[in-house]
Amino acid sequence: MKPHLKSLEAEAIAIFREAAGAFARPVMMFSIGKDSTVLLHLAAKAFAPAKIPFPLLHIDTTWKFREMIAFRSRVAKTYGVDILVHTNQEGLANGINPIDSGAALHTHVMKTLALKQALDHYQFDAAIGGARRDEEKSRAKERIFSFRSAGHVWDPRKQRPELWDVYNTRLHTGESVRVFPLSNWTEIDIWDYVEAESIEVVPLYFSALRPVVRRSGTWIMVDDGRLPLEADETPQMKNVRFRTLGCYPLSGAIESEAKSVNDILEEMRGSRYSERQGRLIDGDGTGSMEAKKREGYF
Amino acid sequence: MPVSPSPLPASDRLRFLTCGSVDDGKSTLIGRLLHDCGQVPEDIVEAARRQSPAGATGPGGLDFAYLLDGLEAERQQGITIDVSYRSFMTPRRAFQVADCPGHAQYTRNMATAASNCDVAIILIDARKGLLEQTRRHATLCAMLGIKDIAVAINKMDLMAWSQATFDVIVRDFSSLSDRLGFLSVEAFPTAATLGVNLVTRQGSPDWYVKGTLLDWLERVEVSRKARSQALRLKVQWVARPDQDSRLYLGNLSSGSLRVGDTVQVGHSGQLAQVTSLLVAGVPSHAAQAGDPVAIELSEHVDLTQGDILCGQTPQPDFASQFAADLIWFDATPMTPGRTYILKGASGWVTGSISRLKYRKDLESDRENAASVLGMNEIGLCNLALSKPMLCDPFATHPTTGGFIVVDQVSNETLGAGMIRHSLRRSANLTPVAATIDPSARVARFGHRPLVIWLTGLSGSGKSTIAKLVEASLWAQGVATSMLDGDNLRTGLCRDLGFTDADRVENIRRTAEAAKLLHQSGLVVLCALISPFQRDREMAKSLIGQADFLEVFVDTPLETCITRDPKGLYKKALAGEIPNFTGIGSAYEAPLEPGLHLKTNDASPEALSAIVTNKVLSQIRG
Ligand SMILES: Nc1nc2c(ncn2[C@@H]2O[C@H](COP(=O)(O)OP(=O)(O)O)[C@@H](O)[C@H]2O)c(=O)[nH]1
Repeated sequence: MKPHLKSLEAEAIAIFREAAGAFARPVMMFSIGKDSTVLLHLAAKAFAPAKIPFPLLHIDTTWKFREMIAFRSRVAKTYGVDILVHTNQEGLANGINPIDSGAALHTHVMKTLALKQALDHYQFDAAIGGARRDEEKSRAKERIFSFRSAGHVWDPRKQRPELWDVYNTRLHTGESVRVFPLSNWTEIDIWDYVEAESIEVVPLYFSALRPVVRRSGTWIMVDDGRLPLEADETPQMKNVRFRTLGCYPLSGAIESEAKSVNDILEEMRGSRYSERQGRLIDGDGTGSMEAKKREGYF
Repeated sequence: MPVSPSPLPASDRLRFLTCGSVDDGKSTLIGRLLHDCGQVPEDIVEAARRQSPAGATGPGGLDFAYLLDGLEAERQQGITIDVSYRSFMTPRRAFQVADCPGHAQYTRNMATAASNCDVAIILIDARKGLLEQTRRHATLCAMLGIKDIAVAINKMDLMAWSQATFDVIVRDFSSLSDRLGFLSVEAFPTAATLGVNLVTRQGSPDWYVKGTLLDWLERVEVSRKARSQALRLKVQWVARPDQDSRLYLGNLSSGSLRVGDTVQVGHSGQLAQVTSLLVAGVPSHAAQAGDPVAIELSEHVDLTQGDILCGQTPQPDFASQFAADLIWFDATPMTPGRTYILKGASGWVTGSISRLKYRKDLESDRENAASVLGMNEIGLCNLALSKPMLCDPFATHPTTGGFIVVDQVSNETLGAGMIRHSLRRSANLTPVAATIDPSARVARFGHRPLVIWLTGLSGSGKSTIAKLVEASLWAQGVATSMLDGDNLRTGLCRDLGFTDADRVENIRRTAEAAKLLHQSGLVVLCALISPFQRDREMAKSLIGQADFLEVFVDTPLETCITRDPKGLYKKALAGEIPNFTGIGSAYEAPLEPGLHLKTNDASPEALSAIVTNKVLSQIRG
């Protein structure tokens, strides 16, 4: 393994162990994407041969790709972990969905609020997630142990200083932290690591012929019958893949022939665009990610 | 756009920070550096271009600083508040850059970045030269262990690329950096907005013949010479994969480890062998500094999360008093004597700053006397803890010599410290104000403290009476303690002989020990020959007249010689023990003792009852 991957791995493992030791009820967020999968792999390594000493939590919006859900069951078996699944039932009952409600409302209700519901319900005091600093500008500013006041609020002006690997993990009741073991990883590091450790990821990251329609300058996959098609729209089969995965109507695919991790790395080195480009959720206004994070979005 | 398809060489990622005063151009420099390395995706450049203020001078109206400032408040106020981390790579090396805020108000964020970086770029606005912030940041970099510095003397375009200006600033900076002990310093004339001497030399003046900032970043070797190789393993988690086994998990902060090595539990000194070793979950024979390990030990040791494992040599230094450099972050000043919570390599501990030795004035580089440390101030302190912690000097143990100071109530991180050395010699100590009120001790024990000082010839019966008194006081619920001359001479005073000077020192030590016990609220019995009047006076004045009961155990010399329980008089009379009290050395009887016991007239039981009654009336009356 490349030396810098080794040190990123060591850092991530140390962060997991610190969180396990310091908090009463930690939980690991599992979004089924490549970052989550690497996170799970690292957690398994951190505690091997013992079991991962905290549960995994998946916030299910009910709009994930079918392949993601299948992968979720598979990976739970491979790593011998239980995955708690939470859906905002109220949101579901109110008919919130990414198509009619719009990306912003759907994300707020089915992801941000759903996450807060689950954290409150299980009384988790630390949520470990796979966010990376290189994903987005406000993430670039976040601490590794990122403090949340009661109500899960992030105040970027009041982040605790974080010196060396001496983390201040003290909390009052009601307060919590978000923990980011992959803070210092880049997208390339993730793929390098997937390759080096032969980690299985959702096949949607690799190119295959998939039914897609062209919308807002990107390719949207017709994953099931719920995606209403315009009169002039007919799904076409294209060789596409995804750089990031979320709710299928909100995740843009790119045309690609990359069928292996090495192909992906090759493709990325030549790319002129960031991975978030495929995410429709960030489109609305600068600072939108920061605003979401302040409210409790992961 | 330059693409870098060739794989990285086998070097670790370089983490560096950029610091300097507000508006010196840090964000612009980093934005430009990333841009010119072809590392900013086009959608990000587009987004930054849309946000850039009208009149921005970069390509297509781009303000390079907008590639970085990530928070709403930062964009609104046009300043950097918190550290922004960016990763990029060139064919030669992978980097993570931490762009730090320039405002003094956000020093805590700058320190956060510096603590995790290998090298630093310090920016200086060529028009302004060295500012207080430049000195502050350079000082902090040095304190936090950074040894290699690049100085970007920026906005040189606004100074018409004047070599004289450049040279003056270089000279000013080197007088500062000499004091701070950096091992390598390189200066660059730059124009961040134009990209001069960042990635290319295009636009560089003729007089500057050296390389670009990127050349330096790609080549700089981090100075790690002074680092200790001592084994340090912070135990973060204890795993129990099955009923019988226990695995201790943590990263090797320094040193190396092999199966079969003997390790020492930090706080207790218990020893055990490493019987199995996993590195990142994989069974291995050996681990290096930085590796995440899990180990099993041969012995069942008392070891939990937060403890530290060390090698046997050199002996790890655990101490409850030490000296450290402190950086204060909080708006409420650091006040000596106040209780804080500390977290260092060996876990959490409460303590206080016992003394602020000086506060550093960054402008003049002077060390000034001060009673508190305000926000963003730095100083040298002595600390006193409730229990010992590992005291690794930060200079040689950068991975274990740092600690944070946390507020007991709010849990905020208030400051950070770098250990200099533990304190042993009393010369380094200042008394810690007792935090438990003496009256609380009286209430707890149910009596006042007292020192009973029994003096008399060897064999006069001091120890016999003292033991009887102690037993009966103890039986009546008094918290007692005994300091017997003979016992002290085998331990605390074993280096002392019987010359007059040594006798004085013997009394002094005993009296000091008695004083500590007295301060703890106990009734202390001291049984010492203590032949000289002035030495007993010294003990009395140390303890305080009111709490000092002098008891003269009066036995004639002839009687003592006949009793001779230890055969010492015989030897002394034979000339084998010089300076023996009563034989070769005088005994000065007390003139006005608190109690005068004549042992020829009464039994030890009867005499001890007299003492006990007197003591009880004094401490409970
Ligand atoms: N002329 C000139 N202006 C510069 C240069 N570097 C930065 N600036 C300007 O100085 C101002 C402050 O820059 P910024 O990067 O925000 O400073 P920071 O506070 O240190 O991050 C901005 O208006 C920049 O455009 C330079 O080399 N030459």
